[in-house]
Order: sequence, then C-alpha cells, then structure tokens
Amino acid sequence: MIDTSLLVWIILAPLLGAILNGGIYFYHIKKKPVPQLVFSIIGTGTPLIAFLITLSLFLNMVEGGITYKQELFTWLSIDSLHITMGFLGDNLAIFMSMFVTFVGWLIHIYAIGYMTGDNGFGKFFAYFNLFLSSMLILVLADNPVILFIGWEGVGVCSYLLIAFYYNNKDNVIAGNKAFIANRVGDFGFILGIITLFFALGEVNLSFTSLEANISNASTGLLLLSGFLLFVGAMGKSAQIPLYVWLPDAMAGPTPISALIHAATMVTAGVYMVARFHFLYSGIEEIGTFIAYIGAFSALLAAVIATRQTDIKKILAYSTMSQLGYMFIAVGLGFYSSGLFHVFTHAFFKAMLFMGAGGMIIALHHEQNIFKMAQHRAQLPIIKATFFIGVLAISGVPFLSGFFSKDAILAAAFQEGQYLIWIIAMFTAFLTAFYMFRMFFILFIAPNKHLENYVYTSKTITFPLVILAMGAIGAGYLNLPTVLGGEHMVDTWLAMLNSNKIHMSHLTEWILMILSVAVASAGIFVAYKKYSEFDVFKPEEETGLIGNKFYVDELYDRIFVQFSKKVSTFIDKTLDDKIIDGFIMGTCNQFITFGKKVAALQNANVRFYATFMLVGMSCVFVYLYISLGL
Amino acid sequence: MISLTSYAFVSMILFSIGVIGVIARRNIFVIYMSIELMLNGVNLFLVTFARYHFNMDPQIITIMVISIAAAEAAIFLSVIILLYRSKKSLDTDIFTSLSQGEKA
Repeated sequence: MIDTSLLVWIILAPLLGAILNGGIYFYHIKKKPVPQLVFSIIGTGTPLIAFLITLSLFLNMVEGGITYKQELFTWLSIDSLHITMGFLGDNLAIFMSMFVTFVGWLIHIYAIGYMTGDNGFGKFFAYFNLFLSSMLILVLADNPVILFIGWEGVGVCSYLLIAFYYNNKDNVIAGNKAFIANRVGDFGFILGIITLFFALGEVNLSFTSLEANISNASTGLLLLSGFLLFVGAMGKSAQIPLYVWLPDAMAGPTPISALIHAATMVTAGVYMVARFHFLYSGIEEIGTFIAYIGAFSALLAAVIATRQTDIKKILAYSTMSQLGYMFIAVGLGFYSSGLFHVFTHAFFKAMLFMGAGGMIIALHHEQNIFKMAQHRAQLPIIKATFFIGVLAISGVPFLSGFFSKDAILAAAFQEGQYLIWIIAMFTAFLTAFYMFRMFFILFIAPNKHLENYVYTSKTITFPLVILAMGAIGAGYLNLPTVLGGEHMVDTWLAMLNSNKIHMSHLTEWILMILSVAVASAGIFVAYKKYSEFDVFKPEEETGLIGNKFYVDELYDRIFVQFSKKVSTFIDKTLDDKIIDGFIMGTCNQFITFGKKVAALQNANVRFYATFMLVGMSCVFVYLYISLGL
Repeated sequence: MISLTSYAFVSMILFSIGVIGVIARRNIFVIYMSIELMLNGVNLFLVTFARYHFNMDPQIITIMVISIAAAEAAIFLSVIILLYRSKKSLDTDIFTSLSQGEKA
C-alpha cells in the first residue's frame, strides 16, 4: 500500500469539468452565448486527464507490483463507526477505471459530434462529466459507504441524462422509472451495508479491513448482507426483477446510452460483486442464486430482443443479456472472467451504440430498424464498425466477445451448473440471431431506393474506429492457455482469488467448438430469414414476446395501480372521512358549544344584571342551606 | 314601637324595587337611581341592626357606603353624559358594542 496524492485527481478532474461546464453554461444562458468549443475542450479534456493519471498509476503498478491508497479526511465518526474519505487503487479498481476513463473519454468525443447544435450542449457535458466522476468514485472507493456515494451519484446522473430532453413527457417518465427502479435496489444495497456493519461489529469499514475480519462474522448475517447487496446490483445492473428501466432509459440521447447503459453504469453491479469477492466467495448459496438470476435475465432479455423493432431497445436488451452472463461468472466465483467480459463488452457495446447513434442522426432521428432500412444511408465507417460489433457480441471467434463469453460458458460447465450452461448456450444462439437480424435488416436486406452518401463528422467516426480496434483486440489480453495465451487479465486480477478453469484441453476445445456452432446457427437462421427480407413489410411488436411478456403491464398492475389504490383509499376514505371526520367533528362540537356560550355575552346590561342576581341568589341559598341558618 | 321586622321588611322592599329597576328599566338614569335605591335599602338594614344591637360597626359601614355612593355618583353622571353625547340616547339597549360578533 503506497500513499499517493494522485488518486483523488482521477475523480476530481471530471468533477471540476462538470462544475466548470455547469458554471459556463449558466453564463451561456444568462449573459451571452459561449462557443461550443469551450464546452467541448473542458468536457473531453478532463476525462483525458483522468485517463492519463490512471494510466500512469497503472504503469507504475505493472512495474512495481504495488497498490495505491489515499486517505483524505475522516468523514464520519460516530461511536464505533469510522468512515474515512479514502480511495483505493488496487489492481481491480485500476483495471476498472482504466477502461471506464478510456471508453468514457471516447464517448465524450463522440458526444461532441452527436450533440452539435443542441441548445443544452454545455449542460449535457456538465452532466456527462459529473456522471464519469460519480462512476469513478464508485470504482475507487475504499469502503462501501464511499462506494454508495458513487452508486447514488450515477443513479442521479442517469436520471438527469435520460430525462435530458425534458420537454417530452415520455422522457421524463423514463427518467423517473429508471430512478425509482434504481432506488428500490439502492434501498437493498444500503441495508446490505448496514447488515455487514452489524455482522462484523467494531471494525473499520474499509474493504481491506472488511476482508481481514470477514471470518469473524456469523454466516447468517453474511448471507443476508450478500443477498441485500445483490438487490442493489439487480437495480443498477438491470437484472430480473428490476430490469424494466433499462429499455425505457433509451429515451435519452445516444451517447448517454453508450456511456451509461452499456459501458459503465450498468456494470457497477458486477464490479460491486467482484469488490465484495471476499464476502461472496464465502457464501456460495447466494453466488448460485446470483448466477441463476443472471442466466434467466440473459435468456429473458435475449428472447425479448428478437422481436423488438427499435434499434436502441434491441441494444438495450442485449446489454441486459450480456450483464446476465457477467453475473453468471461472478456468481460462480469466476470474478476475473466476469470482469473480463465487462471489459470487452464496454468496447463493442459502446461501439454498437455509437454506430446506432450515427445512423439515427443521419436518418433524422428514425429508430425503427425497418424504417431505417427503407431510407438506407451510405455510412461506410459506421457499417464496418457496426459489423465488427455484431460479430463480437455474437461470439464469433477471434473477436473479443468470443473469448470472454467462452470463458463464462466454460466456467458454468466446469462448476456442474448444467442448467445455467444450457440457458447460456441457448442465449448465445439467440444473441447471434437477434444481432444479425438487426444487421441484415439495416444493411443487407434489398432496398430499391438509392443509397445516399451521408457525411458523418470526424468526432463520430474517430471513436468508432478506436473502439473497433478494442472490440477486435481486447480479447487477446486474456487468451486461454489452450490457445497459447497467458491469462493476462486473470493474472492481473489474481487478488480476487477467482476460481480457475482447470479442465482438459480436449473438453475446452469441444466447448469452444460447440459455442462457435451455436453462434453460427444463430447467424444462419438470421441469414435465412432476414437477408432477403422485404423491409417495406416491417414486423410489428406483437404477441407475447413483442409485448415483453407484459412485464411492464404486470408491474403496473401490481405495484403502480395497487399503491395508487392504497393511497387513494388512505387519502379519500381514511383521511378525509374517518380521521378528518373525527378531528373536525370534535372541533365542530367545540365551535357549536362556544357559539352557545357566546350568546350570553350580548352586551345587554339588563340581562347581565339578571344573571348576576340569579347567580348571587343561588350562592346565598347555598350558604343558607349549608350553614344551616 | 315599630318592630325590627318592619324595618327589615322596608329595607328589603327598597332593595327589591332597586333590583327590579336595574333589571326592568332601559333608561340609564332610572337604572342609576335604582342602584342608589339598593344601596339605601342596605344602609337602612345596617342602621336598623346597629340600633338593635347597640353596636357602632354597621354605622361606620353605612357612612362609608354613603361616601362611596357620592363618589360613584360623580363618575356615573359624567359617564352618562359621555354616553349620551356619543349616541344621543339614554337607552341601555343601544350600548351593545361590547357584545360578541358585533363591530364597535
């Protein structure tokens, strides 16, 4: 552990960017317009600074085999609870923040091109930087409470960004939905932290001391805490049953979808489970539960994605599906495989989203894939990078997605979780099918119309090309030994004590060939069905799958309508009639009685005199009788 | 010899007439006079018993009552004049501005 003063600047750089951009944006609205260039330089410069700092720390760590920490001040000190505002730069945190800052920076650059001319340009970059900074707090936190600050921060920013075009009511509803679904999870998360604190008693809450003392805690409390923390992950990482916000969150501008809902925020849940690896490796029941939730989420999302027509929603469901894979891995204790999939997924999913955004801009904000195909524009770079992305996510060999997904499939098989393995295999088939369905419809299906060449700005294509290289090459960082690799990512993340793949090379080859076969089958089915598809007869989102299994309606019926009924009952019946009736009834009684008494005060002297006389007579009569005169 | 009872009876009649005057009459002067009548009824009662028991204490009280009644008369009459100036009337039922719900 080496103290460094650099760690906090990874977080502060984008935070300062957010404050500066926000301030300048106020000046821009109130006083006089500021050119976009200013916002762009601040907005993209600060993530670059964060990336460069991370990179320098990373290079030092590679050389020296050290970890960094920085403790700023004691934030809270109540009785035995001491929380330090501290940051931890161990292998896991630096690994994560490396690609968060890098991919984040590329998406910032892309956003310049995407948001050009928008009124809220400055505001957008302020939110964007704030988001990145929250995410980095989450990643670099050295105790669960600081992690929770970042956890909430990304929630708030996602709300702000999803509802960015707040003039449209649907966007605002989507923003609310994301925020509320996340809040449900966050509640579980904070309960989890509290349980953990009680389970361990008087202990410093930092991750290092938690890890050292975890064996003192009772298993029951640890199980509960592990489960509650995972509830938080369900919300943040869009798993069953809290996934409903993710597809709706596509209402925001596309760079947001790329940054938040593909590359960074949704992976927070996976990161959190890996961060608490010392907890989860001790409670395998919860781990298996996580793996099953992941598997079913992957399957459900993949099934729904096959019938969607909105390009961004297809990508959103595929994100959820891939997150399911990551949870299978971390649930079964293969933390480094899960994080490796997070890593490769960040590249190709950000790229897919950004490609989709480029097409959406070129086609004047059309998002229905069939209509997009009807007015096909000629976008060579986007087409090429999109193709790479589709190949990578489908698990075609020699691209990054293949290696990371294959490791997870092998892990499930090795652990004897054959049901999970079968679900994951089937999901792989579906993934290849729906991704190629989208690709064939968008670019291949015949179209009588002329293809127009559309100019796309350099800021849109530059990040795409970089990410395409990542999507191809990232997989080689963790090449399994059977293919002559060295497991570089697994080695780097050795601190997580992940389970290892230790099966015979023959089995590994067979599994690999099986997964290639499954992916090819998916592509082949998509090719048969959609390569000659008439885009002027689009598919509709109908039936059970098209309507997303009516889950939204079910949730609406169960939670929204039910609580609406309850609150109406409490408001109209319980409050208005019973409680108000009781209170107001008592009050009215006093008023009536008071009015009657007040009638005596009529200022009529003669009446007063009479009253006095009567009173005095009564007193005298009483005295007469009681004194016995 | 007029008996004690007769004196007591006269003073009670005086007092009662005063009470009825205060209660029944509306003219503020008459009410004032009725109050004086009540005071004198009491005075007569006190003096009668002083004489009967040969005790001087009630007489002292009587003298006090008379002197206080004199002072009271000065104040009462000036108040009556002020009331008359404000409303041009001596009817007590008009002066109800202390009542609930009525604006002065």
